[in-house]
Amino acid sequence: MSQAMLTVKQAGPLALIQDTGRFGVGHLGVTQGGAADWISFRWANWLLGNAPDSAALEIVMGGNLTLVANADVRLALTGADLGATIDGQPLATNTSFLLRSGQTLIFSQPRRGLRAYLAFPGGLNAPEILGSRACTAREQIGGLHDDGKPLQTDDQLTWQGRSPTQRTLPKGVELALPENHCQLGMVLGSQASHFAGRSLYNVFNQPWTVDNRADRMGIRLTGQPLRCALDGIISEGIPLGAVQIPPDGQPIILMNDRQTIGGYPRLGALTPMACALLAQCLPGTKVRLSPVSASQAQIAYRKQHAQWA
Amino acid sequence: MKLRLETAAMDALTVRLFDTIDESNMAWIIAADQALRDALGEALIDLIPSYTTLLVHYDCQQLTFAQATTLVRDALSRLTPAESQNGQLHEIPVWYDESVGPELPLVAQRAGLSVDTLIERHCDHDYCVFALGFAPGYGFMGLVDDDIATPRLKTPRRKVAAGSVGIADRQTAIYPLLSPGGWNILGRTAVPLFEYAKRGEPLLRPGDKVRFKAISKAEFEASGGDTTPMEERP
Repeated sequence: MSQAMLTVKQAGPLALIQDTGRFGVGHLGVTQGGAADWISFRWANWLLGNAPDSAALEIVMGGNLTLVANADVRLALTGADLGATIDGQPLATNTSFLLRSGQTLIFSQPRRGLRAYLAFPGGLNAPEILGSRACTAREQIGGLHDDGKPLQTDDQLTWQGRSPTQRTLPKGVELALPENHCQLGMVLGSQASHFAGRSLYNVFNQPWTVDNRADRMGIRLTGQPLRCALDGIISEGIPLGAVQIPPDGQPIILMNDRQTIGGYPRLGALTPMACALLAQCLPGTKVRLSPVSASQAQIAYRKQHAQWA
Repeated sequence: MKLRLETAAMDALTVRLFDTIDESNMAWIIAADQALRDALGEALIDLIPSYTTLLVHYDCQQLTFAQATTLVRDALSRLTPAESQNGQLHEIPVWYDESVGPELPLVAQRAGLSVDTLIERHCDHDYCVFALGFAPGYGFMGLVDDDIATPRLKTPRRKVAAGSVGIADRQTAIYPLLSPGGWNILGRTAVPLFEYAKRGEPLLRPGDKVRFKAISKAEFEASGGDTTPMEERP
């Protein structure tokens, strides 16, 4: 019998192999990568009893991504509702399901959220580069063929495990997808003091609109511009979620595939939980920034992880 | 050196040691890098040194904000600069030619120099590697002489060939991979800067020195160089 696999019949605009990302290599100039909505990604693996770092698919938009199975396989789907169907029948998210041999799984278009995560038994097979299978287009690394490319038509997906655990989401756990005016927690950084008082007020007291200039490197927000006394700074390391303010005063939130160092002034950084939520925002979504201390954010972060313990 | 600890993110601190770019910073940055790696051990997720700072990304499931702050401050309390002879000197052969270095005439003209003199000037320094970033293995080096310093292109190129050697203001660098970029490109090298196959060991490290050496087209080709001209004009 041939190896169990899913064949990509139609690629869609952007389906990427991702895991938690590449760590310990930032000093080489290598970006972090990894699932942008790391919470949904983590739940997808959890539903199959996979190791937390197992490679899964990050499916952006859908765009008729079409996958066909040649064997029965249990998969798990979390994150955005991309109008997924199996042989035309609607498929629920945040659950594991059986895809039977010969059946066709299609992701059509976003109905709620932007990124869906599809987990496979034991994780997808893909070459491990610098400790990760994360696919990074800009660096031409990772992914199925280690060229940083998204899934292409005729690609074949295989996985590492055989019989996954079958779990359902614990009672009371709800996977958040962004609503209009959702709050994104932000830890203020020390450069915040270089922003005008009025601008600091505006940061937290106006709705920001998620722009269509948004990708895995950075997501631009538009609103009343923020004024900073600094034009630029000497380039320094950039953390996940950094809120960078270029001269036009419109914030750019730096995401998983950000450059490792950069020279625009920064207000602070969104928390990892806020980054996961922002990664699900379609252009046009209104968001609000709310200040949170590093210690408070860490408590919420540990609480999030305790759900998977 | 004046140590300041700043909050960068929920689980990241910026260690600020200096306010200006200077070669003499490097011995301190390298010493701080080692001290922080030793002190944080398994709790360190990433450590990104740059010209004047180090970004410390720690695992906040192992260390609280207060613990991380104390640990970092203690690790740097008795810092002494690293020995200067630690850095390596790399000689990088470059084919300087307008076909692969389209801004050669522009940079020469701005400086009031002939192209040949510009090449000599670019080659007659040992440049310090200040930081790695922007792309895997991309080293920010400097400082080039003030009179050949040239601002970035107004419109960045969408594609700069791997091995391209460029100038932006008083900095110089080599593009390890095909990537977008706005630096003034003077030539191309065949030396690999970053090879994933070699477990990601970059050629250049902060604190290293780089000396460029002009070579002929024949020498460039003999060393495996790709002579495909830079197609896109800014």
